[in-house]
Order: sequence, then C-alpha cells, then structure tokens
Amino acid sequence: MIGRTFLLRHPSVMVFIALLALFTVGATVLSEGFGIGLISTSFVKTLGKTLCLCLIAIAMDLVWGYCGILSLGHFAFFGLGGYMIGMWLMYERTKSIVVEQLDAAPLPPTPEEVREAIGSQIFGVVGGSDIPAIWMFADSLIIQLALVVLVPGLLALVFGWLAFRSRVTGVYLSILTQAMTLALSLYLFQNDSGLRGNNGLSGLQNIPGAERISQDIVSIWFLWASALALGAGYLFAAWMVSGKFGNVVRGIRDDEARVRFLGYNVEAYKLVVFTVTAVIAGIAGALYYPQAGIINPAEIAPIASIYLAVWVAIGGRGRLYGAVIGAALVSLVSTWFTSGQAPDIPLGFYTIEWVDWWLVLLGFGFVLVTLFAPQGLGGLVDALVRNRQTVAVPPAAAVKPVEKASEAT
Amino acid sequence: MITAAKNHRLLLASCLLATTALIGAAQAEDGPIKVGVLHSLSGTMAISETTLKDTVEMLVDEQNEKGGLLGRPLEAVVVDPASDWPLFAEKARELLTVEDVDVIFGSWTSVSRKAALPVLEELNGLMFYPVQYEGEESSKNVFYTGAAPNQQAIPATDYFLEELGVEKFALLGTDYVYPRTTNRILEQYLKDNGIAEEDIFVNYTPFGHSDWSSIVADVVALGADGKKVGVISTINGDANVGFYKELAAAGISADDIPVVAFSVGEEELSGLDTSDLVGHLAAWNYFQSADTEPNEEFVAAWKARMGEDRVTNDPMEAHYIGFNMWVNAVTEAGTTDVDAVREAMWGQEFPNLTGGMATMLPNHHLTKPVLIGEITEDGQFDIISQTEEVAGDAWTDFLAESAVLKSDWQELGCGMFNTETETCVQIESNY
Amino acid sequence: MVRLFVVFAIACLGAIGTAHAQTGPIQAVLQDNRADIERASRRTVQPVLDAIIATGGERVPLFLERWRDRVVYQRDADGLFFLVEDEDADPMRLIDIDTGAIVGDVPEDEMSRLRPNSGVRGVIATALVQFQLSDPDPLRRAAGLTAIERDPEASHLTALRASIDGEADPALLARKTRLERLLTATFGADEAARVTAIESFAGDIAVDVRATLNPLLSTRMRAAETLPEDANIARVLEPGDDIAVDTAYDMLVDADLAPALVDDDARDAALIANIDNDTVAGSAVATLNTNAARDAAYAALAEAGTVPPAVTPDERAAAVADHVFFETYKEPSQAVTDAARQTLGAIESRVGAYRVVDLGLDGLSLASIYFLAAIGLAITFGVMGVINMAHGEFIMIGAYTGFVVQQLVPNYTASIAIALPLAFAIAFLAGVALERLVIRHLMHRPLETLLATFGISIALQQLAKNIFGTQARPLTAPGWLNGSWVINDVAAISYIRIAIFILAVIFFVLLWFILNRTRLGLEVRAVTQNSRMAASMGINPDRVNMLTFGLGSGIAGIAGVAIGLYAQVTSELGASYIVQSFMTVVVGGVGNIWGTLAGAGMIGSLQKIIEWFNPANTLAAQTYMIIFIIIFIQFRPKGIFALKGRAAGD
Repeated sequence: MIGRTFLLRHPSVMVFIALLALFTVGATVLSEGFGIGLISTSFVKTLGKTLCLCLIAIAMDLVWGYCGILSLGHFAFFGLGGYMIGMWLMYERTKSIVVEQLDAAPLPPTPEEVREAIGSQIFGVVGGSDIPAIWMFADSLIIQLALVVLVPGLLALVFGWLAFRSRVTGVYLSILTQAMTLALSLYLFQNDSGLRGNNGLSGLQNIPGAERISQDIVSIWFLWASALALGAGYLFAAWMVSGKFGNVVRGIRDDEARVRFLGYNVEAYKLVVFTVTAVIAGIAGALYYPQAGIINPAEIAPIASIYLAVWVAIGGRGRLYGAVIGAALVSLVSTWFTSGQAPDIPLGFYTIEWVDWWLVLLGFGFVLVTLFAPQGLGGLVDALVRNRQTVAVPPAAAVKPVEKASEAT
Repeated sequence: MITAAKNHRLLLASCLLATTALIGAAQAEDGPIKVGVLHSLSGTMAISETTLKDTVEMLVDEQNEKGGLLGRPLEAVVVDPASDWPLFAEKARELLTVEDVDVIFGSWTSVSRKAALPVLEELNGLMFYPVQYEGEESSKNVFYTGAAPNQQAIPATDYFLEELGVEKFALLGTDYVYPRTTNRILEQYLKDNGIAEEDIFVNYTPFGHSDWSSIVADVVALGADGKKVGVISTINGDANVGFYKELAAAGISADDIPVVAFSVGEEELSGLDTSDLVGHLAAWNYFQSADTEPNEEFVAAWKARMGEDRVTNDPMEAHYIGFNMWVNAVTEAGTTDVDAVREAMWGQEFPNLTGGMATMLPNHHLTKPVLIGEITEDGQFDIISQTEEVAGDAWTDFLAESAVLKSDWQELGCGMFNTETETCVQIESNY
Repeated sequence: MVRLFVVFAIACLGAIGTAHAQTGPIQAVLQDNRADIERASRRTVQPVLDAIIATGGERVPLFLERWRDRVVYQRDADGLFFLVEDEDADPMRLIDIDTGAIVGDVPEDEMSRLRPNSGVRGVIATALVQFQLSDPDPLRRAAGLTAIERDPEASHLTALRASIDGEADPALLARKTRLERLLTATFGADEAARVTAIESFAGDIAVDVRATLNPLLSTRMRAAETLPEDANIARVLEPGDDIAVDTAYDMLVDADLAPALVDDDARDAALIANIDNDTVAGSAVATLNTNAARDAAYAALAEAGTVPPAVTPDERAAAVADHVFFETYKEPSQAVTDAARQTLGAIESRVGAYRVVDLGLDGLSLASIYFLAAIGLAITFGVMGVINMAHGEFIMIGAYTGFVVQQLVPNYTASIAIALPLAFAIAFLAGVALERLVIRHLMHRPLETLLATFGISIALQQLAKNIFGTQARPLTAPGWLNGSWVINDVAAISYIRIAIFILAVIFFVLLWFILNRTRLGLEVRAVTQNSRMAASMGINPDRVNMLTFGLGSGIAGIAGVAIGLYAQVTSELGASYIVQSFMTVVVGGVGNIWGTLAGAGMIGSLQKIIEWFNPANTLAAQTYMIIFIIIFIQFRPKGIFALKGRAAGD
C-alpha cells in the first residue's frame, strides 16, 4: 500500500518516523521500567499521553487543515474510544476481584450472582447494581476493541451524513459539531447514562491480567503502543493526502463549489474524511485513557475540542508535522506550568505566579499566532528548511491557499 | 542534519534531567519532610480548593515555627491539578515518585479522589481527604477527615423530622456522585422513617445551574397536600447563589419551607446578600462561629494571614485536625514511613475546633460532632444544635448492600469486610 | 388537666424552694425545666409551655413572644432567665420576666442567649395564638393567624370563631373567616357544616385550600378476603392492572393472609445451613452454581421436610385471586370525601391551566435572557460573518462592572442605574478594541477569528479570576425588585425576571429601530447583504463593522448585569451562556433580530416544556434540547429566518 516511492517522494515522513523512533527508544532507555531511571514513570505517562494527543491532532489536521471542515467535536470521538476500552478494563478487573471473593463463599457462585456482584461494584457508586445493556460485550476484549473503532466511526458517519447532506458548512458546521459534543457530554454526565455519570470509568491504568506488573513497565508498553499508533497514523494520513484523493480533498477546502461542478461527489469525500478522522480519534482515545487512568464526561466538553483546533492552528494547518508540533508543544508546556515548576516572576509590587497567569499567556499566545504566524509553527519550520535547502521538501503548494476557503461566508 | 541537532539537544536535556533527579535523591534522606498539596488552583474547583491550599501552607508554617517535625523542617509541595480529574492521578504520581512527599493533603470532589486512589494504593502513599463525602469507600491509603453521611446528612435529616416536623422532602442536588449517593441514602432513610415514596421529590441540576424559577415553583407546589415541606440541598458551589436568590424572590421563609444545605458554608455565603436567607440551615461539623478558644485562635491566625474579610469553613477544620493528627502520629512513630504512620494514626486523638475530641477510627474516619446552623444576616451561622461526637461510618447502614459491610484496617486489615459472609470483599479499592 | 395541675403544683413548690425570694412563677417553671429550655426541642417543649401558660401571669404572652424572637437571656452565673432592654447593649440591662422590673446591668459575655430552633418557635407561636387572636394590636392578631395557617389545630377553631365577632379590621376579618372555613373543613364536628365549608372553596386554587382538602382524601391500601361494609372505600384495585401482582402478594404476606415467599437469599441460607459433608440433599455443593440447581436442591430439602416448601407461582396467583385489594379513605365520612373530591377535582383542572401559564412565564423569562445574551452575537455574526467566542466574556465584563459599581455606590437603585449604561460603555469599548486590534486583521478568515477570539476568551476569564478571585461575587437587586408578581399560588414570576424581560423588549425595539430607521442601520444592512457592493456605494465597511461590533458587545455587557442580578457573578458566567447563545443564533438565523427573537423564544420555551416532562432531571432536558437543535438544523440549515439573496450563499 505504502511503497518505497511514496516514502522517497515524502522524505518528511521518514524524518518524522525516525525522530519518533528515536524519541521512543530514548525515553525507554531513560525510563524507570526498562532503563536507567532518569525519567519518572509519571513523566513517561505524560509523554505517552502526549503522543496520543499528537495522533488526534493529526486527525484534526486532516479534517480541518486538508478538508476545511473546522470540527469542534472531535474530542467526542476521542472520548468514545476511551469509554469503549475503559468498559472492558473496568469490567474485567472487577470480575477478577468478584470471582476471587465469591469463591470464598460456601456455595459456588451462580452466573447471576457474579453479574450482580460486578454490577454493584461498578454501579454502586451511581446507585445501581444492574449492568446496563450497553455493557453486554464488556467481557470481550476483541469486541470492545472493535467498538473503539466502530462507535466513533458510526457516530461520525451518521452525524456527517446528516450534516453534509443538508449542506451545513463553515461556521454553522463548527457550531453543529460543538453541539454534538456538548450533547454527548451532557448525556454522559447523567447518572443513568449507564457509564457512571460524572464519575466516569476509573482505575483504567490497572490492566486485567497484568495486576502484578508494575506501572513502570506498563507505562512503557503504552508509550510504545502510542508511538506505534502515532507512526502508523502519520503514515496513513500522509498517504491519504498525497494522491488524487488528497488533491480532491484540498480542492474541497479551497473551493467546494468548483469541485462539485467538476463532477466530484463532495459530500462523499467529506464524509470519508470526517469518518476516518473520527476513527483515528477513537483509537487515540483508547490509548490515552488507560494512561490517564480515568475518563469522565468533562473530558469531552466542547472546550477540549476547541483546544484541539488551537493546537493545530498553532502548529500550522495543512501540514501533518505542524499538528504534531502544536499538540506536543501546548500540552507539554501546559503540564510544565501547572506542575508548579515554572519559576515565579517577582515584579516588586506584584509576583507573577504562573498558576494564575499561564492561561492568560496561552490565550494571548493564540491571538498572536493567529495574527502574525497564520502558518503556525510548522510554517516557521518550512521557512527554515526552505532557507537551508535549495530543494523544497514539504509540498509548499499544499499549504498556501488555506485562507480563501470561506471568504464569502 | 536536523536529526543530529535534535538528538544532541535530547541528550543535553536528559543530562539536565539526570542531574536534577540525582540531587533530588540525595536530599531526600536528611532534607525537609515534604507535605504534598493536591488542590486545584485553577478551573472550576479553584473557588473551593485554593482556600485549602492556603490552610495547609499556614499549618506547615505554624509547625515550622514550633520547630518542625522529628527535628526536620516541613516543606509544602504545591501542584495544580487544574480541576481536571485525570490530572489528579498524574499529579499524585508526580508527588509520590518525583517529589517523594511523605503525605498528601488534597482533593475536593469525589471524582478527583477516586482518580488519585489507584495511584495512592499502588505506590503506598498517604492522603488526607478533608471534605464531606458520600461514604461507601475506605482505602488503606486515605484518611477521611470530612464527614461521612452519618455525620452530616443523617443528623440533619433527623433534625428535619424531629425538630421541624417536616413530612415531605425535596432533595435537590447537583448532578454528580456526592448528591446522588447522599440522596439515595437519605431516600432509604426517609422511607425507613415512614415517609412515603411520593412524598420525596428529587431533582438534579447541572453544575453552575442558574435558572431556578421552575424548580422553586415545583417545591412550593409540594405543599399542596397539607404536609410540611423541607428542602435538603446538596447543590454545589455557586449554583447556590441563583437558587437562594430565587427562593428569596418567591418569598419563601425558613418558617414555611426550611432549606438545609450540605455544601453551603461561610465561603459560599460571601457571594450573597444573606438578608433574605436568614433562618435557612446548613449542617456541618464546624462553623466559624463556634465558641471555643482553639477556634478563636485558628480564625485569628487565618485572618491575620489572609486578610480580615476571609472566613473559615468546615473542610479547613478537617485539614487542621488531619494535619495535627499526622504530626502527632509521625512523632509517635518516629518516622514518616507510611505503614508506621498509619498504625500510629489509629486511635489518634485531637480536639475539635468546635469542642470535644476527634478520634481516628480504624475505618479511617473521624468522630465529629454534628452542628446545625441557621444563616444570619452577616453571612455567618448561628449554631442552634450540636450533637455529641458521632463516629464516621464508611459503609452506610441505611442501604441494604452496604449495611453488611464494615471497614477495619486495624483488626481485620480490610476496608470492605462483609460481616455476613465473614470475607474481605477487597483490600485494594475498586474505585 | 390533671397533668397540668401537677406541673403547676410542682412549679409552685419549686418556686417556694428556690433561694431567690423574688423568683416569680414563670421563672420558677423555667428553672424547674431548665434543661428543656436551654436545649428546647419541639418534641418536649409542649408540657413546659403548658406549665408556663398555666401560671396565668399577665406577662406570659410577652415572655413567649420574646422567647420566640430569641431575645431571652440566661445569666451564666446562676442560670436565671431574663428579658433585656436592648440586646445590642453591653452591659445588658436585665428585666425580670415576671414583674418587668429592672434587675441590673450585666456584661454581655456573662449572658447566654436562648436559641430555640424554628420548630420550637413554631410550637411557641401556636401556643401564643390564644392570646393573640383578640389582641388590640392588629399585628399580633395577624401573627396569630399566620401561626394557625402554618400549623392548624382543632383547638384553634373555637378560639378563632370566638374572635371573629369582635374583629374590626376588614382584611383580618376576611382572613379569619376564610381560616374558619378551612378549619371547619378539617376539624368541624358537624358533617353538614364541613361539606358546606368544603364546597365554599369551589374554584379556589390557593395552596392552603388544597393543603386542607388533600389530606381529607388520603387513602390507605388494604387487602382482605371480602370488601368490608363499614369502610369508606375509595376504590377497588385490580391486581395486574392497578397494582402489580407481586405488590399484591406482598400485601397479603404483610397482612398474614399468605405464607412468605422463599427468595433467593432465604433459599441460599437454607442450603448453606444444610450442607452436610460437601453435599446438600444429595447434590454436591460444587454443582450448585446455577439457580436451577439450587432450586432443585431446595425442593429436595423441602420434600425431606427440613425446610418449608417454596410457594409456587400458581399458589401465589391463587392467593392473590382469592382476595380483594382496595383503598380506603382515612376520613370516615363519605359525604365529606365526596364533597372534597368534587371540589378538588374542579380545583385541580384550574391548577393545571395555571401551571401552563406559569410554565409560559418561565419560558418567556428564559427566552428573554437567551435573547439578551445572544442578540449581540447575532448582530456581529450577521454583519461580519464572525463568530466571537469572547462574547461570553463581554457578558462577564458587564456583570463585574455591576459588582464594582455596587462596591462604590451603596444605593442599589442608583448603582444599577449607573451600572447599566456603564456596562454598555465598557463592553462597547472592549468590543471596539477587539475589532480594531484583532478581528479587522482576520477579516477574511472567519474560522481563524473563532480561534483568536477563543484565545481572548480564556485570557479574559483568567484575568477576571486573578482580579476578582474565584468566589462568586454578589450583585444585589434593589429592594423594589425583590419578590414576585404573584398571580395566584400557582403562577408567579419574580420581578427581576420581569425587569429582564422588559430590558429585552426595550433592546429589541431599540435594535429594530436602529437597523430599520437610521442611517447606520441602512449601512449595516447593506454591509450584511454584500460588503463589497456596499463599499462601492460609498459606505465605509470598516466603520460599520467597528460600530456593529461595539454595539453587539455593549448589549452583551447589559445582559451581564441582568444575568448577574438573578444568578451568580463568577468568571465562568459568560462561558455558561456562550454555547446557548450560539444555538440561539444558529436556530434563529443570522443577520436578523427577528431570527434571534424566534430562536430565543423557541429554545427557551422548548427547554421549559422538556423540563416539565421530566422535572427530576434538568440535565436530561438540556441534552434533549441540544439534540433537538441538531436535528432542527438538518431541516433548516440556515435557521428559522434565513437570509435571502447572495449573502445566503456559501
């Protein structure tokens, strides 16, 4: 599928994969689990989670930077992916606890008793003991893994079909996707949604069957899994936007009506991109939440998806590495500022504590980037590369005409 | 070219990291004793949690003035989980592994506690949780210094039943686990006390809800069958402002429909004009107006540090008790080692700010008096009822499935022990 | 009466026994029941009250009033109780309860105040009724009536009837006669009089009427072999239709008319009790891992006679079929229940109608709030095609402006009068600044404007937190806006909400006027429809954009003051309205104030209607509301009022 010629024509992909591999191996060597213990496990987890965020940023870049659909709802898919895998993690772990306990009872447990005990352990916190119907496959890893892909994909398919069919575009579409993620998060916030309401699913870092294995090791597993997924996602995205398909998609971004007049089924193209990116987001979520340890509806509140768009904008739309740079930079910097490690700045009359001022800085940072670096940080990388090398490496043409898109809105 | 440069930088960064880590390890032995503070300083919960961070810092400073602990100074390590629940897990891990703290004071919402729990249990950390909560939990690694339902909700409901003669209840709450579980316990408790199911009205609203007119109208309408109506409110945070404003606008006095709140304290009232709320109630284990000498000192120290207009509240007292108990336990154990401190904690006693003695029970809960206060014009509470100390119960007796459970870490070494089958259901929490 | 006498006698003895020669009879009773006074409880205070009243002293009502009002003090030194001249004074001037003589001055910290809780105060108020109904002071008479209304007792009826004749105040007379009818309906001795009283309330939807009539119709569920003759039966219940068969059988078990079911727990307990050498009744314990196997083992045990046999479903059905289930009124008189049912039936249908009115008012109020919050957004969106994510923060700026003004101007009316224009001005300036500094440079990149303004939004929110702190700040409405416009006991709406509604109407009219009748409006509409064409006709689109943006932001500022008045002022105030505002604009259609009006009206009323269907869960209502909007957009992608012409294109 992805042949040598493809890689040769897109050296940036190879550079990225190489850097990613180097990074992962480096982190492993420095980690507590497999290496010399210079990087703490909590930082390994942060790195792993950041890779997942980079993956969903790539999805966002595909749908917005390449196809021109500013979706403000992709975190809904991310969250759904997390919920799907979380159900299995939680169910299986609880089951092992329950079975162990019931084995001590004088009568061997009936299947009903096991189910009830699992139910009251998981749902006791929301006042129930019945296992809702949506949990019916929770004991099967295979099916839940399939659902990680299917549920976000299906939701995106239905939602996208409805929205594109009625030609909702531009800002309207953005708000509609925002409404979707808001509706989903409000729904999940309800206690009787079957997914433990505001509590969400927790204890996800404990992998059933691997209880005895230290988190130092598990964190490395997930780092590798996240890196693999990111690498694969990057390759796939680069492949997707490189051929004729990519040209049409970019065409839609730049002038939808013209592509339609050329005879292309614009809605179908958009729908494919929307659905595929939703699936990527779901996979990213499924890798992210076992590292975070808990998923709850606040994760998919509209603001998360807006942040996602901002990462991509800061990194630079229309170039995949831009998305990665943006996501990694903003999330790592924000981890640094919230961990209290950033030094306070005493001004004499007032001390700037970053805990208080970091969001102000971030907010104005967005504004400045949008105003003065519309190509994002990725654009700066491009400029750097162009200056150094005579051969233009990234397809610069792919980047330029972003702005025309919705001129007439 | 680029790769090489990047690689170089990575190496440099890792060397830097390595040095800091080594220095950190060297200091841990005879440096200060580190006290982790895991309270949100930004985001929606900052409103409540920032105060607790300041409280711990004040307690740490006071202890240092007294000469520290075990001859070593104390140092507060503050992180900001930013009201983002997964971050509580991440920051807890960071505190325990990177900062090597000996104890953590932290969390407000139940979700955040449950997010941090697995990390605490995995790394055998120690956390003091200072907020009233829904119970149904007892972790080996957490000491619950806030009220369990039987130390706040049940006595307040008794007060409604016994003292005010309320026959019909509106349970209003914000839609999350504490109100949900508390209301479930209360519903069962009310039914056990002969209140019919149709005389219990339950409503849940989102965080920060502001449109209260129809809900208040619903509550008023409850009075139509001639029974005395009372409201038990587990409405959280600033949503209370709109609720009380609407209540006042509807002209509902505390004599007609009394409201008892479990989440409204001095801090919340400071955002309100309380003249229309005089007489409505709150149930806590502490009020700033408590008339004892230690409380006067505590309030004075707080105001001196933070400003005259600042108020004290119940979770602050919980941290005050928890912190002092921990200090005594460490002194007794002669080490900050978590297992030794835990054993020294059981049976630890420290006077409450409201009078009486707080004792740490083997189920990791405290004995506390329950106070009921009426809101006064100046945003304080007039204490009208104070019980003897009530022992906190991790597993409520009023729900069939948890009535058979008990927690005893000292004798049974189990936080969820089924007294019927005589087995330990789980040692590690299932969060 | 005997008990009263005994108490009184003891009280007198106590009075003689105390060391204080001057101790009066009330003080004596108080001293004898000191524990019950210091920690008075609703349950135990009645005998004490009876004893106090039985002293018959002239000053009993005064003391009771003071006690109720929490201005009775106890001297710490000797535990004696006193009234005081002025409770804020220090030292306090003590007044003897029985004689009214001044006893002396005592420092405040040597006195403790009695704090009867509101339950006790209610009991005291009820006890006071007999002294108050004929009191010369109309306020006291009114207080007495209020006490009866809160907690009616049979004994009040006679006192009330006796006091009606002498009542001079027409308003109080009306209250008294009405109350007399209410009490008669419940406590009257004569059946005909009760029926007349009940029927006199036909069509009266007041809460107190329903509170009187409903208890008359309270029922009890019962099971029996045949219907009893003498009971006042409300209705017969058909098992399976009116009540579940399980419930019916449980009732039989409770009434000892049928054997109890053996549930799973009981069955398992029996099995465990009969484990014999790893087998139960012949089956190995290890095989008992299904319910069927356990049932079989239990049946085997039952056959052996070790345990009582389980009740089969057939037996259960037969037992239920053999009995009748019915509800009886607790009120024995059928004439009374019939009258109450008829009267109440008519009342309930009126109540239902007024509920709809109330719902309508709430919906209207919510719609006006959404309208105010969204209209600014709609204007800027319509004219410039720009979504301003910082719109919510302009609302917040308005609310904090109100808060700051109230700190400087203590008079609430004046401060609101200043705050409204000031909030407009400040938000207007902020809007103009935002337009000139940011939005103008992103003119043709609407999606990026969205992100830039989002940056502004989080920065402003955090700035507000840094400046004003995270706590909610008070914004208090002037006194004349307190309270509600009460149509009746069902339909009411608070004055603040009415004021917000009026504000929304004013701004609607004002905007309509500006857009349709002024030069600026003409230019705005021209730019909205086709900016380039407008520019070529000599309109300066930059100026129009700037003014429009300022106008939209300014109105957001006003909305902030309005919202702050009825809800909480926090840094997240705006953020909680922004999504709703988007929805309002999108549903209504852009560039048209009628559209926003329609959008706000639809969303507001629809939300109330959904809430009405499920009053227990406001969150669910919001969820369904948004899903509805998503579906609605599918059918009208450009909103209710879509723009026509070129601007309507992509």
